[in-house]
Amino acid sequence: MSIDLKTVKHISKLARISIDDEKANKLKGDLNNIFEFIEKLNELNTDNVQALTSIAETTLRFRKDEIKSENIREKILKNSPEENKDFFVVPKVVE
Amino acid sequence: MSDITSQSLFELTSNIKEKKLSSEEITKAFIDRAEKSKKLNVYVTDNFEKAIDQSKKFDSNPNFDLKLSGIPIAVKDLFCTNGVRTTAGSKILNNFVPTYESTVTQNLWSQGAILLGKLNCDEFAMGSSNETSFFGNVQNPVGENLVPGGSSGGSSAAVAANLTPVTIGTDTGGSIRQPASFTGTVGLKPTYGSCSRYGIVAFASSLDQAGPMTKNVRDCSMLLEVISSFDQKDSTSIDYKRNCYSKELSKDIKGKKIGIPKEYRVDNMPDEIEQLWKNGISYAKDCGAEIIDISLPHTNYALPTYYIVAPAEASSNLARYDGVKYGFRSPGQNLIEMYEKTRSEGFGDEVKRRIMIGTYVLSSGYYDAYYLKAQKVRQLIKKDFDDAFSSVDAILTPSTPSSAFKIDEKTNDPVSMYLNDIFTVPINLAGLPGISIPAGKDKNNYPLGLQLIGKPFDEQNILNISYALEDKINFKNDISDWWLSE
Repeated sequence: MSIDLKTVKHISKLARISIDDEKANKLKGDLNNIFEFIEKLNELNTDNVQALTSIAETTLRFRKDEIKSENIREKILKNSPEENKDFFVVPKVVE
Repeated sequence: MSDITSQSLFELTSNIKEKKLSSEEITKAFIDRAEKSKKLNVYVTDNFEKAIDQSKKFDSNPNFDLKLSGIPIAVKDLFCTNGVRTTAGSKILNNFVPTYESTVTQNLWSQGAILLGKLNCDEFAMGSSNETSFFGNVQNPVGENLVPGGSSGGSSAAVAANLTPVTIGTDTGGSIRQPASFTGTVGLKPTYGSCSRYGIVAFASSLDQAGPMTKNVRDCSMLLEVISSFDQKDSTSIDYKRNCYSKELSKDIKGKKIGIPKEYRVDNMPDEIEQLWKNGISYAKDCGAEIIDISLPHTNYALPTYYIVAPAEASSNLARYDGVKYGFRSPGQNLIEMYEKTRSEGFGDEVKRRIMIGTYVLSSGYYDAYYLKAQKVRQLIKKDFDDAFSSVDAILTPSTPSSAFKIDEKTNDPVSMYLNDIFTVPINLAGLPGISIPAGKDKNNYPLGLQLIGKPFDEQNILNISYALEDKINFKNDISDWWLSE
């Protein structure tokens, strides 16, 4: 199986990473090499194997839903690329 | 007394407690050396001024009852440090200042350690050579223009070059053990669930573990003892009684059964590595261990499995970098364009490649063929180890299929770069503890490591075997300080 340019562009849309044609072509080559290597798994019959879903054999714990941190709103907003008082600012979404 | 920066953690903690050295003297010694070692490019962000203040504060009111009293430590820049920039080696987090502290680093500070700074690493820990970092290559102190391994390359280089007494790295597929092997240092990846992942920039959540990187096995046991803890803030942290690893450290490994897996004898492996492995086996025998040939039949499928599971988890984890709440943003005409440009310009090529692989294997129509298939093979790989551990106490293998390579040698061929992790990846897939110890050198005089793999939560056993082997191997790094400037 090989990955074509159309598929590369479709994946980049899904991943929200814009790529130009030159990069897309380069990625196509890389991805095909990597998938050729991954296809090795098809040698194995896994029909009766249960998928491993968790490596740590634990059950999720419950805890009380409590606020433990101090008010750090200002510090958090300081990290945002564009801030406006109490909000994160993004380009206009609603026309 | 030997030069301060060349002392082990054990020596430094003893010297502080016996008041032969002050925290300030030690901290300044490491900072002075770092100032002359810029060529290695190990630091992304230093914390030198604050570190000196903290060391003075320690000396004015010392508490010698802690395990790391007054010891300065630099850490991989994947651990969030409250108020100190944390980049994960990426442009997209170039200006990110966490408002919280990772549990593992908090454990260091709670035991009296002082943050020296943040160490370079591959971008989001994706790489085996530290060449994917937005902040540039790290030089391996072993030789000029040699990679220090990765992704914890700044960490391995810093320990080998005596720029920090010890450090902590993270290991998703070999990112502690492979750089340790390349620099002649010791690196341990604990059992999954041993060290909290809270506050570590996530790569592949079912594989990531933090672990110690040190000059020797005793230091490794001391540091593991500090960082391993149960943590409510990590849902996969496991609540079990942890050993006092350094107190229980012993060279007595008489009667221990050590397995030698035939599948780790790969094609084109250099003779030197084969010989190194044989030497390790004979040293283990000398120490009274019993050597047993074993088989891990699915070893060859570990890397392809890893390159589905890890990118799949990465593509989900890295979805959060969208230019909205923190980090780098590239402006766009609308929200979607802003996302796409931010991620395109903010991530480097290797990270984008892995996000693309992960997105593809999780996408509609391909999930069963790739992701589900990989999770099934992962079960088989884990079962290989479960079976092997019914007859042995630990497994001995080489750490890597080669010694350190030159900068730029493998950057154009992702698959050949991935092959570096052939001996380390299976251990992450099975959630087991593994340690790499320096075991010899190749014809270029570059270090080579041996890996010991243990049963889940049996770090003590692989530490003890390593401690016994270390004594027999008597490895000397002989680093020449070629990079120092005045």
